[in-house]
Amino acid sequence: MASIGTIVKIAGPLVVAKGMRDANMFDMVHVGEQRLIGEIIEMRGDRASIQVYEETSGLRPGAQVVSTGAPLSVELAPGILTMIFDGIQRPLEVMRQMVGSCITRGIEVTSLDHNKRWDFVPVAKVGDKVYPGDVLGTVQETSIITHRILCPVGVEGELVKIQPGQFTIVEPIATIRKADGSEVTVQMLQRWPVRKQRPYKSKLPPNTPMVTGQRVIDTLFPISRGGTAAVPGPFGSGKTVVQHQLAKWADVDIVVYIGCGERGNEMTDVLMEFPELKDPKSGKSIMERTVLIANTSDMPVAAREACIYTGITIAEYFRDMGYNVAIMADSTSRWAEALREMSGRLEEMPGEEGYPAYLTSRLAQFYERAGKVKTLCSPNEDREGSISAIGAVSPAGGDMSDPVVQSTLRIVKVYWELSSSLAYRRHFPAIDWLNSYSLYLDQIKEYMNNNVMEGWGDLHAETMAILQEEAELQEIVQLVGYDSLSASDRLKLEAARMIREDYLQQNGFDEVDTYTSLAKQVAMLDLVISFSRRSHEALKAGARVEDIFAMKVKEKIARAKYVPEEEALTYIKNTKQELEAELASLLTKEAADND
Amino acid sequence: MIKEYRTIQEVAGPLMLVQGVEGVAYNELGEIELADGSIRRCKVLEVNGSNVLVQLFESSTGINLEQSKVRFLGKSQDMPVSEDMLGRIFSGMGNPIDGGPNIIPDKRLDINGLPMNPAARDYPSEFIQTGISAIDGLNTLVRGQKLPIFSGSGLPHAKLAAQIARQAKVLGTDSKFAVVFAAIGITFEEANFFIEDFRVTGALDRTVLFINLANDPAIERISTPRMALTAAEYLAFDKDMHVLVILTDITNYAEALREVSSARKEVPGRRGYPGYLYTDLATIYERAGRRKDSKGSITMIPILTMPEDDKTHPIPDLTGYITEGQIILSRELFRKGVMPPIDVLPSLSRLKDKGIGAGKTREDHAGTMNQLFAAYAQGKEAKELMTILGEAALSELDLLYARFADEFEKRYVSQGFDTDRSIEETLTIGWELLSLLPTTELKRIRPEFIEKYLPKKAQ
Repeated sequence: MASIGTIVKIAGPLVVAKGMRDANMFDMVHVGEQRLIGEIIEMRGDRASIQVYEETSGLRPGAQVVSTGAPLSVELAPGILTMIFDGIQRPLEVMRQMVGSCITRGIEVTSLDHNKRWDFVPVAKVGDKVYPGDVLGTVQETSIITHRILCPVGVEGELVKIQPGQFTIVEPIATIRKADGSEVTVQMLQRWPVRKQRPYKSKLPPNTPMVTGQRVIDTLFPISRGGTAAVPGPFGSGKTVVQHQLAKWADVDIVVYIGCGERGNEMTDVLMEFPELKDPKSGKSIMERTVLIANTSDMPVAAREACIYTGITIAEYFRDMGYNVAIMADSTSRWAEALREMSGRLEEMPGEEGYPAYLTSRLAQFYERAGKVKTLCSPNEDREGSISAIGAVSPAGGDMSDPVVQSTLRIVKVYWELSSSLAYRRHFPAIDWLNSYSLYLDQIKEYMNNNVMEGWGDLHAETMAILQEEAELQEIVQLVGYDSLSASDRLKLEAARMIREDYLQQNGFDEVDTYTSLAKQVAMLDLVISFSRRSHEALKAGARVEDIFAMKVKEKIARAKYVPEEEALTYIKNTKQELEAELASLLTKEAADND
Repeated sequence: MIKEYRTIQEVAGPLMLVQGVEGVAYNELGEIELADGSIRRCKVLEVNGSNVLVQLFESSTGINLEQSKVRFLGKSQDMPVSEDMLGRIFSGMGNPIDGGPNIIPDKRLDINGLPMNPAARDYPSEFIQTGISAIDGLNTLVRGQKLPIFSGSGLPHAKLAAQIARQAKVLGTDSKFAVVFAAIGITFEEANFFIEDFRVTGALDRTVLFINLANDPAIERISTPRMALTAAEYLAFDKDMHVLVILTDITNYAEALREVSSARKEVPGRRGYPGYLYTDLATIYERAGRRKDSKGSITMIPILTMPEDDKTHPIPDLTGYITEGQIILSRELFRKGVMPPIDVLPSLSRLKDKGIGAGKTREDHAGTMNQLFAAYAQGKEAKELMTILGEAALSELDLLYARFADEFEKRYVSQGFDTDRSIEETLTIGWELLSLLPTTELKRIRPEFIEKYLPKKAQ
């Protein structure tokens, strides 16, 4: 039942209204004459505290607050892809056409286009017994994504009517007779409350890698489909570029990108660049598989809290269709700050650094909605979908003891720490190989050894060992100088330098270098590690370390990353042969000199 | 009929509590009439039933709980704007202080502005030539960008900002250009330096100045940048001008904000600054940009002095998270006599990649830029090593790099505040410096560009 109250207090995005006894917690409400959208976050007696998702200036005590009786929900139906929404799923492009360049208040607009007709193709037949999550039919939403229309949650029975044709998302497409004889008409549009997790049959362990085309990630700190990762780093260390690269190249079906309290121009960048980028698999624009949610830092702070939930609910909807979804949130720190601001206005007792005591549990609630699952569908069928969640964290002062970083670390399995010292050296992606980790490594190692290359695990271990050893040797160099190192140690340093510069460094703005397929990655790493192994052997056999450093083939190894995919494997194979040949000639020369 | 209230209950710092008020809106503008008839302005911070908490914009001196009267004006804080603002000087509250007449408004605009729809933004991609190599070559500024200068007390940030304002141009265009300058709590001398510089170079006619000096009430500073940006938005998006906004000094602004926050007894965040400092700064910085439906643009250069030169202090830290890069001045370079003392390694322009390359600057720009960065970083490392271990411990290559780093600072960065270099000159100097290194070290530049641009060494 809708209840009507009146405003008694206004403090920033927080409004308190009385006479709200009939309203429910987390009901969506309309505030004031302009019908600003808000949500009830606290109830005391007949007083409700409301967080308002729009700017509250101009509101007066005594103005009306009307509860809609339903929680904040998102609209789920064809037409959701390629869109850019604000934190409460209002379409920004439509709003621009309605009111111009700036976001004014009280704009009432449906999230999705209710008038557009879609070509609905039934999959289920009349007489079929359908369960929640079963595919009733499909709509070709974009050229690469088939939108599966699922039987809504809570509806089970016999399909008595279904027809093909052109429908809007609010027209009936099917009728289902339930066990009790009542009939339910189904439309394509479904609404789902953002704070409620969408149900699934069971969770599965995430064991297949999500290939991102970024060498440092796929090789050293891989993430699996259904995994969770955090990318903390001080400003200027390239968090957003990492997030963008993942959104562009991750081999998933759907990408949900949440710009949460970040720069407006970054969202514009995504909006302008994504339609032009081609997915390496399908060759189609990657925008066709993308949903954007933007609450830039100048937009109302309360909607920042909601945008994370809006995003993950949309991701769950596509997961339920059996797709692999990746969700990027940039940045969860701004979301946590929004929580802190509301908590402060509610006069709650602050926890660490003023953040509310429930910060960790809220973060956990978000990340736990990720995962690989068996989706809801009829008992004799099996469908899998996954959500991989990657959250950027912006720690204050680049200090990793920040409460948001520490709370996030207790939840996520992959940690990519961005380092400002790498960024100063223009080593991008600036993922620190000594501090980062991936807890999916064991599962992925098995997959890689079986599917991509035998011995991948050893390659990985050797790479990490060389980098670790470099750090130790560097300390010695700092103390006693480079010249005091043995030839073999110098060679180790050189190998580490090649791993860093010729392999880990990747230029996201270079046409070729921006994406490296798994096959090329493995070949490249094999080449660099071969150099290390073979030249150590040559050193033992009597070659001079200076001659090894001066080998011509090193430059060819360094250029491997700029060789286009089609030619790369041949190029690397040839280079490897050249390496052998040059080392062999070094040894013969050495032998000749000694004679 | 506007009601008057004589029910001021409390005045504490910049805050005032008024009781028994009816129908007042959140964020509404108010006026306080003192016993002597003078008027002060204020705005509503919180409404709780019939109690209203207001924030004063001016000093509270002379307010009397018995005799002072409060009126609420039924609108939020706005300012008159018109093209005639160009060439004029205003106080931090927007009143003319150059002796000229009041502005005849073309329209009145809310100084808080409205958030820009991200779908309506146009991506900044036009290269601005500032004539400063360390910026043009390595940390390129583009139209619609917000690029702050992180400085320290005593460093010549004012000279650098004035140099940018004087020399900035977009190549090959002849569009209308304006400067909006907001002095936020700076000294008379510093403000005067800017005014004189604008006057001497003739830029004053196309400049709007808002001056809040160090001895003006701190609380006024909260409005000053918003006034300036409202004027800038009007000129850029209503009048299609390309506006360069210089805000100096943001540190003073943040301190004024902290004053209000602590008076409200809010839970403080880091170093006593309010938890919403990020959001608040964002509502200022994010007003820079370009819009699809307008030809104009706002490019913003906020200046802030880092307390103790500490980049992790909340003000530079949060600024860095919002702005599109930063130009950092270094005390070490300043002491060495490098002018402008731009520390290029931690400096960054996030939008540079969109503003450079063939058709914008030159095809070899990106490669040489990365190479110069990498070489300078390596040279600095070599020099550090040299101070610990002595020159003898360095390899021949490291010695070359160390020399490169010195030459780089001397020839590339240190150009003085009066030299205006074209982008070609900047790139040429870059190539000359790179020719100090063996060609095999130039891994970040495509071989065809090395062939084409690297100066041929005398045989």
